[in-house]
Amino acid sequence: MIDRRVVEHFDWGLLLITLALSGLGLVALYSAVYAGNDPSLRPLFVKQLVWLGAGMGVMIATFCVDPKEFERWTPGIYACCMGLLVAVLFVGRMVGGSRRWLVLGPMTLQPSELAKVGVILMLARFYARNATTRGLGFRELIKPAAIVLLPFLLIYLQPDLGTGLLIVMIAGIMTLFVKIERRTLTMLVCAGLGLAVAAWLFFLKAYQKQRVLTFLNPDRDPLGAGYHIIQSKIAIGSGMLTGKGFLKGTQNTLSFLPERHTDFILSVLAEEWGFVGTVLLVLLYGTLFVWSLNIAHKSKNTFGTITAVGVTAMLFWEAFINMGMVMGLMPVVGVPLPLVSYGGSSVVTSFMAIGLLMGVSMRRFKK
Amino acid sequence: MSDLPRKRNTERAGGSEGYLNSPDGEWFNNRLKGTMLLIFIAFAVILVRLFYLQIINGQVYRELSTNNRIRLQSLPPSRGLIYDSQGSLLVDNRPAFDLIIVPRDAQPVSETLELLSEFTGIDVEEMAAKIAKKGGDNSSRQVVLKRDIGRDALAPVEVNSFDLPGVKVKVRPKRFYLNPGMAAHLLGYLGEINARELSSGKHPEASGGDFIGKFGIEKVMEPLLRGAQGGRQVEVDARGRVIRELKRVEADPGKNIFLTINTELQKKSEALLKGDVGSVVALDPRNGAVLAMASSPAFDPNDFVSGLSYAKWNSLQNDPGRPMENKATQALYPPASIYKIVSSIAALEEKVVDENTHFFCSGSHAFGDRVYRCWKRVGHGSINLVDSLAQSCDVYFYEVGEKLGVDRLAFYARACGLGKPTGVDLDNERAGLIPTAEWKRRKLHESWHSGETLSLAIGQSYNLVTPIQMAMLIASVANGGVIYKPYILGKMETADGVLVKETHPVENGRLPASKKTLALIQKGLWGTVNDRKGTAKVAAVEGVTVAGKTGTAQVISKAKRDSRTKKSIRKFRDHAWFVAYAPVENPTIAVAVIVEHGEGGSTKAAPIAKKVIETYLGKGEAVRD
Repeated sequence: MIDRRVVEHFDWGLLLITLALSGLGLVALYSAVYAGNDPSLRPLFVKQLVWLGAGMGVMIATFCVDPKEFERWTPGIYACCMGLLVAVLFVGRMVGGSRRWLVLGPMTLQPSELAKVGVILMLARFYARNATTRGLGFRELIKPAAIVLLPFLLIYLQPDLGTGLLIVMIAGIMTLFVKIERRTLTMLVCAGLGLAVAAWLFFLKAYQKQRVLTFLNPDRDPLGAGYHIIQSKIAIGSGMLTGKGFLKGTQNTLSFLPERHTDFILSVLAEEWGFVGTVLLVLLYGTLFVWSLNIAHKSKNTFGTITAVGVTAMLFWEAFINMGMVMGLMPVVGVPLPLVSYGGSSVVTSFMAIGLLMGVSMRRFKK
Repeated sequence: MSDLPRKRNTERAGGSEGYLNSPDGEWFNNRLKGTMLLIFIAFAVILVRLFYLQIINGQVYRELSTNNRIRLQSLPPSRGLIYDSQGSLLVDNRPAFDLIIVPRDAQPVSETLELLSEFTGIDVEEMAAKIAKKGGDNSSRQVVLKRDIGRDALAPVEVNSFDLPGVKVKVRPKRFYLNPGMAAHLLGYLGEINARELSSGKHPEASGGDFIGKFGIEKVMEPLLRGAQGGRQVEVDARGRVIRELKRVEADPGKNIFLTINTELQKKSEALLKGDVGSVVALDPRNGAVLAMASSPAFDPNDFVSGLSYAKWNSLQNDPGRPMENKATQALYPPASIYKIVSSIAALEEKVVDENTHFFCSGSHAFGDRVYRCWKRVGHGSINLVDSLAQSCDVYFYEVGEKLGVDRLAFYARACGLGKPTGVDLDNERAGLIPTAEWKRRKLHESWHSGETLSLAIGQSYNLVTPIQMAMLIASVANGGVIYKPYILGKMETADGVLVKETHPVENGRLPASKKTLALIQKGLWGTVNDRKGTAKVAAVEGVTVAGKTGTAQVISKAKRDSRTKKSIRKFRDHAWFVAYAPVENPTIAVAVIVEHGEGGSTKAAPIAKKVIETYLGKGEAVRD
């Protein structure tokens, strides 16, 4: 059933980059859970190993499927994702004021993570059939807008504005990639800016503006997010050139870092391994993205190309937003560092994304 | 226009044939290059930022991290104050001094503790145990070593602060109840938040060690009294002392609360109850405002402020007078003859009697195989409704009960607001009980006996009420039938004195009685105090016309009690009830009084009500006192 050429074209380079990133994540996670004085975090390391195993399984299962098959299944996959997003609003577990988690026996699932992949596939399918070199006009953008807005609204209702916006941003890159008519693009940008200004001037109440400003600038909330960012910046900066050494990070061991095993894992890495460590991480991500765009370039199948671009956009935005956040360049939103942060849904989704890339890469010779 | 679709078809790749790479490879490459450029720029920004943080500013951050110099300190809001209706202060905040240590700044911890013990006399072991419990000698979290250390211990700690690294004295506002024990059940008290309350989600801002309202107004109004927490980011030196304040968010103080309570009346009510177990509730019948609410015996909320000793808690718990119970809203009693007001309304409205109906009271009433006695052995003779109320004739109401039946009586009782909480702004108010035939079947698995209805009509069966329900009942009789919801919170202001909220009277309903019915009942209640044969002539106040109703609630059945020995035992004595309002022409106060085991309503409870009315209206003896 599997073409011999498919096996011959296995993408070892992509696997190597993925494993290197996960490995770096494990090193940082080990520090985060073992160096501190909070024993309740310790089991997370073994749990992450299990998640990585599961992620590998998902990755293998994903690249075994021909992207052409995926294209056929896409409407079903998308519908399932939307179903899960609706379900989580009703039966999701309430954590910290929002419903993001579905509890399935011993496992918890974050449908908004899966929805990212669902949206990428659905958009890729649509653009593969409808894109032209002339660029998309206003009318041709209505359907993709609907594809994106439905999950955005469902996730917004959880509420989880960060993940919702992330999906819009992924879709944004994909859409710009397949090209929008210049006239339409200008119009959209102007309308967007106009709407934002109008909302600010006429619709938003004072407290809502406060919230937006605080979101954009954590310094306005010196007792909450602002404090976390300051501690994170101290952790990163104090790593200096070569870091304080493995398990020697004081910010980490003294529990000054919030969420240090998930969203702030980069701060742990930066403190213990210094500029050398962070540059290594950034270079690994850079290589990954160049590699994955190359896969998009080589693919002879349009659906495969656009899927690869979408997956790249997803991993890129996640990495960029997370790194920007812990360095105090970006709003504080709960976006994990892909392939590095602890967390089941994040690991599985990231490996599924890598699996999609591999699937496209391995069949690059096929039309 | 017609050639446009065709043109598009030629450009469209169709299906999954690669449109992007095959027709125009150059174009596709450009799109990929654009994407690559975006990624490159983003990562360049990240790298520059990393270089800035780790290389250029690395040394600064390294130093900040050595002792972790940036700390978060909370700025607690000051709790709202509580005033009475006249605006005099009832509950204030005074400074208390808590001894605090940050173990990480106090190295070596053992030496610091020993020195500290020398200055304050606090046991070293005791302090070490607290540190061990909160994270050990290296923790940078604050540990409270002792609360409210007092000025004697405070001075040496402050003077020697240089030798006590990491040790701080934190000034915390402490609740102070100006009139110790006055209106204790109403004001309530504060206590340290417990684990269950922390995880309940009701106190989102609170953290362990905080004090929250645990009882009374302090508990019910907690979210308003509390205010919102502020805080500041500070840079500290190696010894934990603040060098610089980086950021500050001011705390938002809690709201000041003005109660409807009249302090003079409250004090008088409590003084009148002194030594007895019971309650006084005084309402303004024109709106339901609680003028006084006394419950005896009481406690001193100040005892709770810095944590109650085990012995004290035990003695409060084991006191047979139940001092921790607010008898006004939480104690249930048979309503006894006060209930005749309800029975009268039901009888007149259901037309089983009218103002001319007379029954003959011979001192007892035979029903089935039992004889139901009137409290007056020799009987009242031929008597009508108004006189039966004034003289509290039991036989008249046996007849009424027999004719009405249990369920009609229950319907009117419920319509009068009984059998459910009044809704006064205090927690854990009890509903009382209005029995029906159905209720008895369900609860006791027995059918209702008609004879029980006779006892019910004189308030002496399964029915149970709280004193505040009785006050609400008499207040609505006084004002012409409006059942106002009793309230204690008069108005609320910000710390700067800006009015936030004022309570407006809320109707819980209307008495199920016509004007004529109500007039007859009012006449009967007038007779209780003013008629030659009335049961509570002692309640008459010079210069004001008072109306009321006595009640004597049996604790055990008459048959069992009648032996002399049992009568002398206090716990078998009857409860004494009295409800009243004045002035009759235009009532401004309604009172309910109960004295547990006070024997007779007219002898024990009525004089208390009389003095409460005198005090409030400024008439009679009270003024001369």
